[in-house]
Order: sequence, then C-alpha cells, then structure tokens
Amino acid sequence: MTPPPISNDSEAIGPPLADETGGGVSEFNLKHIASLARLHFEEKDLKVFESQVAGILKFVDELRKVNVDGVEPTSHPLPLTNVFREDEIKPSLNVEEFQKNSPQVRGRFFEVPKVIEDKS
Amino acid sequence: MNSKYLTTIGLEVHVQLNSKTKIFCGCEIRFGAPPNSQVCPVCLGLPGVLPVLNHQAFRLGLRAVLALRGTPSKRIKFDRKNYYYPDLPKGYQISQYDCPLGQGGALEIETEGRLKKIRLTRAHLEEDAGKLMHDISAAASHVDLNRAGTPLLEIVSEPELETPEEAYQYLTHLKAIIKSIGVSECNMEKGHLRCDANVSVRKNASDLLGKKVEIKNLNSFKAVKAALQYEIKRQTEALEKGEAIPQETRLWDDLKQKTLSMRSKEEAHDYRYFPEPDLVPFFVTQEEIDRELASLPELPKEKAERFARDYGLTTYDAGLLTQSSGIADFFEDCASGFPGHKTIVNWVIGPISAYLNEASLEFEALKLAPETLIRLIKLVESGQLSFQTAKEKVFPEVLKTHRDPEEVMKEKGLAQVSDEGALDAWIAEAIQAHPKVVSDFKSGKETAAMFLVGQVMKKSRGTANPGKVQELMKKKLKELV
Repeated sequence: MTPPPISNDSEAIGPPLADETGGGVSEFNLKHIASLARLHFEEKDLKVFESQVAGILKFVDELRKVNVDGVEPTSHPLPLTNVFREDEIKPSLNVEEFQKNSPQVRGRFFEVPKVIEDKS
Repeated sequence: MNSKYLTTIGLEVHVQLNSKTKIFCGCEIRFGAPPNSQVCPVCLGLPGVLPVLNHQAFRLGLRAVLALRGTPSKRIKFDRKNYYYPDLPKGYQISQYDCPLGQGGALEIETEGRLKKIRLTRAHLEEDAGKLMHDISAAASHVDLNRAGTPLLEIVSEPELETPEEAYQYLTHLKAIIKSIGVSECNMEKGHLRCDANVSVRKNASDLLGKKVEIKNLNSFKAVKAALQYEIKRQTEALEKGEAIPQETRLWDDLKQKTLSMRSKEEAHDYRYFPEPDLVPFFVTQEEIDRELASLPELPKEKAERFARDYGLTTYDAGLLTQSSGIADFFEDCASGFPGHKTIVNWVIGPISAYLNEASLEFEALKLAPETLIRLIKLVESGQLSFQTAKEKVFPEVLKTHRDPEEVMKEKGLAQVSDEGALDAWIAEAIQAHPKVVSDFKSGKETAAMFLVGQVMKKSRGTANPGKVQELMKKKLKELV
C-alpha cells in the first residue's frame, strides 16, 4: 500500500474518518463503513443512523474550522507519555480456559469458516 | 527486457524484532510452540485489556532506524489499522500511521559494478497477525494466535529500485545490517523477514509512474526476484498490447512461478486509521538515541571496506565475507594467525559456503574453530593433503565430528602420496591395464595421458599427488614411444 503521509506537528493527527481515497468527511458512506466492519443494518435503520452520523460529522466539520496553528496535537487524553513494560515473560493462558468462549475449536486451534483467497 | 519501458520497484520489508516477549504483552515468542500456547487476553483481543509497549522492541526498532541512517521521530504514536480477517483477533492491527518511529535513511547497493543509494521512506513499529491454516480440513480454516502480537518493524523503501537484481541486492544488504546489529535473527524459515513488493512499468516517454501493482506472499529473496521478473514481463506485454494495467494486489504462487490477482484485497485497502487510544504517545529521548548509537557495532559496509583495505581483498570477496558477522569474525580470527588471506577467503566462500547452502545452515551452527581451518589449509600447503581430498573427504568429516584434520587424514589413509616409488607402481599398473590407451598416446593422442592419470588418481583414492602423477606419467609414456 501507499505509505501513509508523515505529519509534522502542525498538521492534524490521523487521516479523515472517510476512506483514504474518497473525499472529505461529508462524503462519509455509512453503508460502506458498515460493510467493512461486518455490521448489518436494516435499510430503515440505516436511514436513521445516516442522519445521526451526519449530525456528528457536521459538528466535527465545524471543529475543523478552528484555527489550531501552533497548538500541540493531542493524540491521547491522558497527560502520560512513554509508558513501557520491560521485556519479561509473563505466563500465557491455558488453552482450555480461553477456548471455553470460542464458538468453534478443533484441538488447540480456533476454527473459522473457510477463508479462500479469491485468485484469478 | 524491452528498453522502451522503465520499471520502478519499492519494497516493504517486515523485520521480526528479537525481543523475548510480544510487543504489547508478556507472552513469550517461541517458534514451534504448540498452537495457541503463547497467548493471553491482550493478544487474544479480549475485551477490557490494555496493551503496554515493550521497551526492548522500541529500542530494537530505534537501533535499526539509526543503523539505516534514518531520523528517529521526536514524538511517536500508535494507530489502529482496521480490517476484518480471522488472523486478526481485535479487528484492527496496532501500527503507526502518521508518526512513525523513523523517517528517511538510505541503503547502498552494488549494481552493475557501481554503488547506488536507495533511500528509505520510513520505518514503523507494528504487531504481527496470527497464522491461518487452510489444509487441516476442507471445510474450515484454523487459527493459531501464537504469532499475533509479535513485534515487527516495517521498513519502506522509496520506489528507487529498477531491476529484480537491485531488489535482491537491497534485501541482502538490509538483512546483513539488521542481523549484524542484533535487531533480528533474520531467519527466513521462521519468517523473521517478510517482504511485499510494489512494481510498476511505464513507457520511457512519459514521466508519470505506471499503475502500481503490489505483490504479496514473497517468502524468500529468490521468490522476490522471480516474482518481479514475472510481473515486469506481464506488465510489459500488457502495455505492448495496449492494455491498461489495473492497480491491484497480486499473490505470488511459488509452485506455479506466477502472480495471481487477489480480488478480495481490493476494498481491504480502506483501513480507517485512527489513533490508538489504549497507548499513550512516546517521546524518543536523545539519551536513548545516544545509547543505541554508542553500542552500534561496525556495519557490514564499513567492515567490507576495512577488509578490502586491511587484508587486500577484492570488493567482491569483502562484500561476501561481511554479509554475516559470524563469517566475518571467523575470517578475522583465521587471518590474524595466518598470512594466506586469499586462501582463507577461498575456503570460506567455496567449500564452507557450499556446505552451508546444501545443509541450509547458518555459519554459527557449524561451530568451526578458526585453528581447525588453518590446520587443514596448512596440510594442503605443505603437500601432505591434496586440495580435492581436503575439500571432499577431510573437511566434511571435520565439520561433522569436530576432530583434528590431521587425525582424520591419517585415520582414513588420505595423506597425499608424493613418493615416486609408490606412484610408479600405480602408473605401471594403469599402463598395463589399458594397452589401447597407451597405443592411442603413441599414435599422437596426447589427451590419452590424462585418462591414465585419472586411473592412477582413482586407484589411489585421490591421495596421489596429481601434479607429480602427471609429470611421472608423461615421462613414462615418452619412454614407451
């Protein structure tokens, strides 16, 4: 993929919420986003959500108008930086334990519907 | 290749960082562990857990950025790259979008006898996905999440490579650097180094880059070269026919030796990156940069220049010796006690490399002591052992058993025979057994002598001194004429 742009500090953090190739926030396509997130909505619900999300996005568009020149971008609400852990081994979980919640397993593996690469 | 077309190649290399534990949790990284034995709530993507960055993974990434002459970013952060696939338990990969660990940098490669600088775009930290298996049953796929959360450094080159050979060179040099600074073991079989390639072909006349095709599933440097060769040919042929090349992702099939279109990946490029709220930002301190810089060893390129200068080696030989620091150290140890530097080089890039390739071993696995090789070389130089016998019979045995070369030579009766009495006996036997060949020689067929020399070598199981046999054989045959 095309490497993401590298921001300098005066630019906005992260890309717009809309897809990388598409236009700005106002062209937000809820149906497309829902399908990427594997969410299914009824057509009538989609209409409702679309107008609700549109309201939120309009508000965000409003915020974009604010002049933030010289303002340090915030990527995290907490006043914390450089929180590390040391490279020390911690015990892993027992397979029987976490697989209790799995809809389908085979031996030690998680089992999922066949994933086939669509080649042509 | 048709010179009417220009090729542009960029590489994205994923390097597995050599930490003990995963990038955001304390699960051990252990290749070959039973499926799903190295997992915890964090790397399983269970709700309510928090990732915490492994300091060692961060340091190793920083080290690589510095060794590649990149600039560490002052402030870095992590972002979520969202896509849906069963090998990704959280539904997103923690990666870095617009504030990567390092920016820029460059790598020098040798192409057609000249040096070429390939610039790097960026290097960023990210977590690996799990492993999907498709051949356990026909009806389902299976997931092992041991690999999920393994720290990776993705190194992206500028699209400045122009041939598959240059791409191959780039990878070889990158691997040598990464390995020499201890950032990754770079074991290809264990997937420590993985590569995606972007390639586009365009007409010379136009300045615009052609449509970019991304090739995935490149599991070896050889595969990268073959896939690029195939793809350049395919795209050139399409352009010749006036066809458009769609921008797409293609999968390399190593068995069929061709690339195949992956339609499923088309919409997957919409990753909806956003800042990872579970990780705080990081400032890369000058103190940490200085610490890594101070502990960087001599890099392969610097080492190669020093070898060429100090040991009088050719650039080519010096380059080969410095691809692995194990081999480079071994050479230096040998060279410190023995003045025949070129002879040592010939053994290292000849029999030793051949043995390593054949056995798919890393040099370190041989546990070969420098003194052992020197003793073997001395046996050859003093005429006690022929080079052929040393290479084919004594050396493999020495590698296997770690015994003294002279002991092996004596025990197996492989010492070179230069004694004229012994050689004369074999020569007489050969002449007697092949009267037809002797008469050929008499009628002027000089090459017939070589056949008889071969017979003596065979008879002596390779121990006869070949130079001496030739000399004596010619003398004997001339007497008969």
